[in-house]
Amino acid sequence: MIAGRDQRRKFSNKLMLVLAAAATVLALLPLGSILLYVATKGLLALNWDFFTQLPKPVGEPGGGLANAIVGTLILVGLASVMGIPLGIMTGIYLAEFGRGRLAWLVRFTCDVMTGIPSIIVGIVVYGTIVVAMKRFSAIAGGVALAIIMLPLVTRTTEEMLKLVPNSLREASLALGASQWRTTYSIVLRSAMGGIITGSLLAVARVAGETAPLLFTALSSRYWHTGLDQRIASLPVYIYTYATTPYEEMHRLAWGAALVLVAMVLVTSIAARLAGRRAGGGR
Amino acid sequence: MQMPSPKSRRWGDSLFRGLTFLAALGMIGLVMVIAVQLIRGSQLAFTHFGLGFVTGSRWDPVHGAFGSLPLVYGTIVSSLIALLIAVPLSLGIAIYLAELAPHWVRTPVSFLVELLAAIPSVVYGLWGVFVLVPLVRTALEPFLQRTLGWLPFFQGTYYGFGMLAAGIILAIMIIPTISAVSREVLLAVPNSQREAMLALGATRWETIKMAVLPYGRSGILGAVILGLGRAIGETMAVTMVIGNRPQISPSVFELAQTIASIIANEFSEAFDELHLSALVMAGLVLFVVTLLLNILARLLVWRVARAPEGVTRE
Repeated sequence: MIAGRDQRRKFSNKLMLVLAAAATVLALLPLGSILLYVATKGLLALNWDFFTQLPKPVGEPGGGLANAIVGTLILVGLASVMGIPLGIMTGIYLAEFGRGRLAWLVRFTCDVMTGIPSIIVGIVVYGTIVVAMKRFSAIAGGVALAIIMLPLVTRTTEEMLKLVPNSLREASLALGASQWRTTYSIVLRSAMGGIITGSLLAVARVAGETAPLLFTALSSRYWHTGLDQRIASLPVYIYTYATTPYEEMHRLAWGAALVLVAMVLVTSIAARLAGRRAGGGR
Repeated sequence: MQMPSPKSRRWGDSLFRGLTFLAALGMIGLVMVIAVQLIRGSQLAFTHFGLGFVTGSRWDPVHGAFGSLPLVYGTIVSSLIALLIAVPLSLGIAIYLAELAPHWVRTPVSFLVELLAAIPSVVYGLWGVFVLVPLVRTALEPFLQRTLGWLPFFQGTYYGFGMLAAGIILAIMIIPTISAVSREVLLAVPNSQREAMLALGATRWETIKMAVLPYGRSGILGAVILGLGRAIGETMAVTMVIGNRPQISPSVFELAQTIASIIANEFSEAFDELHLSALVMAGLVLFVVTLLLNILARLLVWRVARAPEGVTRE
């Protein structure tokens, strides 16, 4: 009787442990499938034209997505120029000065902002910038992406600055440095690795964003002609091409997906390496 | 180098402090701008429809009918399907990674799960259209109809596209969120809990079931709500596989539409003022719901893993 119960306990123990491991394997299957498809189908689409040519009109074979690659780089660049400095400043405020109710509110806002659907940001930027400029533009797209980056950069900056030991701050202040000098040359510098990691991860995150670009940067079949003009991007092209019935466009969509995933993964890995080097060297 | 005079130093300090303060205020301002913009944009639809906007069951821009019930229905059902699949799997992953996996497995597997979160939504959509949807149409839907076809949920034509495909793709996308946060929560459970159970002669599973999981219950609930928030707001992948037809049908084989996906679909083509306003109002509903879910989730997770920053970092 007792032996039987023990047997059952042992069995359910084994069973559940195996199930937990199986769940992990099962969840990783789609990852494998996605990476495999993107790599194989994407590689078939990539050639010299893909990186140098403009997209062809519907029905014509060939062509490339060079403008979308450049466009994505421009949009991400714009977003970084706006989002990263602001995010770092806010992070500094939270880590170095932020106390009391306001800091709590900022921190909370920040956390909540990471959960806001990115399409909402698209609507809002449309309602403010696009309506005011009376046209879709690279600027509007960049602002939308920057808004998504902002809370990510802020939180990592704050966390990284908090890891800097207080003795460093005290030493600097004791030597007569002013507070901004201390923060800038001592605290920020020793946390640099972590901040770079966080910023690069934020860049990787927004590079693939599509929803906020749909009604801000829109898309374009041509090279970009100015920041106040609509601009092509890889994610939007993947979306529009995947939802057309044309073989040729599907092929290009897979190519674009491969380039985009490669960009995102390389940035993410670079982020980790940057963090490790700066963290371990000291 | 000459030392700056105390006065100019103080001036520099206040400037620096002021700048960072402004940046921080900007963050709060931003959320306020978002809220105000959404409210202002939906004014027209609100005066037109009032609460009928939420209860109306017909969304037909051509005839000026904007009832968002089908969208709300699509959003809730697709997210529930996602949770149904993702929660058990994510808990399995969290338990495996926090309690069972040998050390050399933990880091690479956690990395792979995080990688799942790094893949852009639109790439999930692409994969969904060309890999998942055919699979659902040719294998999963016929199978479900054969085995569970007597239920109203599994009847009708096999499109491949539709509620089921959207739910599955959402599940894949929220697994990293739920599993990562639950893993953090499980890791925050004190070892003494485990040791006490093991000392009483419990097996490892019994330890997990009776000591570890109950201890982290509210944190795990928080993780699930965080995942739900993501599923509700997820746009691109869903738009690409859900079929984009605003209708209410009990069958998960049917085409559907979510709040986020209808905005992605119709916003840039809405030339009619009222249509645009109705879409912004749908956005406002989405914003409020995700906001509340996020606040709730944070509060729950914070309670278990004291330091809020410990939750998002590894």
